[in-house]
Amino acid sequence: MSEAAAGNGAAPGGLEAVIGLEIHVQLATATKMFCSCALSFGEPPNTHTCPVCLGLPGSLPVANARAVHFGLMIGLALGSELAPRSIFHRKNYFYPDLPKGYQISQYDEPLCLGGALGEVRIHRVHLEEDAAKLIHVGASGRIHGSDASLVDFNRGGTPLAEIVTEPDLRTPEQAGEWLRLLRTTLRALGVSDVNMEEGSLRCDANISLRPAGSGQLGVKTELKNMNSFRFIERGIKAEIARQAKVIETGGTVVQETLHFDPDSGAITSLRSKEEAHDYRYFPEPDLLPVTIEPAMLEQARAAMPELPAQRAQRLTAELGLSEDSARALAFRGELAPYFEAALAAGADPAPEPQALANWVTVELLPRLQDGEDPGGSRVAPAALAELVGLVGAKRVSVGAARQVLDRLVSDGGDAGAIVEQEGLGAIGGGEELEAVVAAAIAANADAAERVRQGNAKAIGPIVGQVMRETKGRADGTEVASLINAQLGV
Amino acid sequence: MITRDEVLHVARLARLELSEDEIEPMARELSAVSDYVATIAELDLDGVPPTSHVVDISGALRADEPRECLPREEALDQAPSAGEDGFLVPSPQAG
Repeated sequence: MSEAAAGNGAAPGGLEAVIGLEIHVQLATATKMFCSCALSFGEPPNTHTCPVCLGLPGSLPVANARAVHFGLMIGLALGSELAPRSIFHRKNYFYPDLPKGYQISQYDEPLCLGGALGEVRIHRVHLEEDAAKLIHVGASGRIHGSDASLVDFNRGGTPLAEIVTEPDLRTPEQAGEWLRLLRTTLRALGVSDVNMEEGSLRCDANISLRPAGSGQLGVKTELKNMNSFRFIERGIKAEIARQAKVIETGGTVVQETLHFDPDSGAITSLRSKEEAHDYRYFPEPDLLPVTIEPAMLEQARAAMPELPAQRAQRLTAELGLSEDSARALAFRGELAPYFEAALAAGADPAPEPQALANWVTVELLPRLQDGEDPGGSRVAPAALAELVGLVGAKRVSVGAARQVLDRLVSDGGDAGAIVEQEGLGAIGGGEELEAVVAAAIAANADAAERVRQGNAKAIGPIVGQVMRETKGRADGTEVASLINAQLGV
Repeated sequence: MITRDEVLHVARLARLELSEDEIEPMARELSAVSDYVATIAELDLDGVPPTSHVVDISGALRADEPRECLPREEALDQAPSAGEDGFLVPSPQAG
């Protein structure tokens, strides 16, 4: 199934997609989940190991207190019920990235149960250890000349929180949007680097289709390990289209684990049916149950920062931003701090908060590279604040301000200085603009005639010419009223 | 009674190769273990929570403080197959 055939995100033909997400979050602890090896960031392979994370006989795991602390903070942020007692289980499967033949995870008594983030309910949050990394090294004479992989145990045992949602999402776009909110929330908590490209935030999606409005759930497939927001939306989109085609041609969707290839847009089956999940969970006898003491809970509560949802509310309540703007700023981690820095920059004239919010989300963001943090761009918060202030005071037109912003994005600098250098200050009210308008009317006699006859839309070419002549320095609304005045309508 | 198919299933999950004459004895031995554990079902255990751990303590956590790791040579020393910087295994994709 190609992506092109997938069209937009909605499921076709009266079908509705039901999407749930499983998110693995690498926790930003100093050491691994069950041993005292420091976490590794690109160090040479197998330099961060010990008998515990190598699964050597006789070694005993002990859970990391900070990982539990971070788990509690995540639970508090999601409004989960925090289990006073939770236990670890062994999840058994045989793969070279697991030295013990099992992963230590949590099963039916996880750290956090229930909760919600935005409109999506949370099923559970549990702690577990990450697997090692397999690096394909090609043919090796050492293993009978067959293809070999190198196992790097540096990552093995890294603490993970797995967050599982209820199947409350309906479209790929909604899933991407919600995941951004989750990432911002986790970043605000400081529990993870939440860097998808580096694998500290990984997402699987469970996807099924059903007749729109039905309360039943269809057969689901699991789309594994997508490592960017773009791939997640595209992958879910492609899988919805694939299932829809299966159903429309009279087939049945088979429960399986799938891989989305972002290069080709193809979806392939990851594991054969014979290897269907049979993890034979049982309680990990080597680890004691985790009990949450009141002091731990207090510590987690005390560490809670302002969360994106609260920040959005504050921006609306204190600054009068529209709810959409407040969410657009607060739900993307980098935007709200940038916005607040701009607002506090003491620009003269001071920008109006809603106008500044619009310029950040509607003008600045699309001008940056995909995913670039405005704080890391050349546009200083104070420069944007000054520009928006100048627009508000009608000293720069919107069109000219866009040109100034282009310059700020490419070269940085000072908004007022660019306006001076480029002669982009607003022209308005004076004879200069009147003259340009008169010339534009004369040059577009046909259009002028139609405006006189009551066709208001015909004004477009005349406004366009004025804008070209003034290099966008004139205010569009003012130009339109001048034209109408000169035409006597 | 543990069946022949169950033995083969579990063996495959554990990537164990059983010869034909090992299967039946394995089924018998696993059944004996399973039957022994099943004697617990003779007790009335209504309202008794499952015992997940035999020691009645909990909450032993470790401070998040790094300690020295194994030198790589030592870590790799006992591996059946190792390169300079890592453990070598048959490629799972080729499996």
